[in-house]
Amino acid sequence: MKVLQFILLAGFLGVMVFASLRLPPVGDATSPMNRDVSPAGTPVAGSHYIRNAYPDAHTDNIVTVVLADYRGFDTLGETIVVFAAGVACILILRRSKA
Amino acid sequence: MNAPVTSPIIRVACRSVARLIQVFAIYVIFHGHYSPGGGFQGGALLAAAVILIRIAEGRVGSQREFPSGGALLLGSLGVLIFAGVGFIDLLAGGNFLQYEFTPLPEMTAAKAHYWSILIIEIGVGLAVMAVLVGIFDVLMEKPADD
Repeated sequence: MKVLQFILLAGFLGVMVFASLRLPPVGDATSPMNRDVSPAGTPVAGSHYIRNAYPDAHTDNIVTVVLADYRGFDTLGETIVVFAAGVACILILRRSKA
Repeated sequence: MNAPVTSPIIRVACRSVARLIQVFAIYVIFHGHYSPGGGFQGGALLAAAVILIRIAEGRVGSQREFPSGGALLLGSLGVLIFAGVGFIDLLAGGNFLQYEFTPLPEMTAAKAHYWSILIIEIGVGLAVMAVLVGIFDVLMEKPADD
């Protein structure tokens, strides 16, 4: 069993190393993810955020604008998930006062 | 957890370090508009400060810093601030979380976005801080059988 685990992990490592060797260099403007138009011919969402983040919200950090503004509903869900996890932990783990 | 006597060196050091962490947490929350940071990270730092004081002074001694019963209340307040901004926008005639409609005085649409993002980041920070401190408190409770 241990040997099988080791072989599986080694194979997984090999796949990861092989995949990472073919990644485009960081900041390569011609790589598919950095182009204005995706390989399928549709506009990429990222360029919309980069163009409009500052005019829309006067906030320099594009990540903050995407997190709290364009995807504010998603962040509300995240906050509620964190809160629900806390409520569950407190209700399950606390000693009953009785 | 409830050691009656702690060394004054530890108490003073942890208190001063905790204040530094809190100042840095507030910086992280409020500077999230310009640099990496925001509500989640700042809330984790605020919780770290409270937990440091809990460890240094024990559960009883640190109740003044943050009462154990307040965790759920503060967490609800944080979520309520976030959702409240959304509902206020809804009442003001926009969509849920459409920040142009946040009723702030003399604001252009972009400035309303700017301040609304800050408000919801504060809400996120409060919720994360309260939840982390609450989980720590509930894990560190004394066993029932002593």
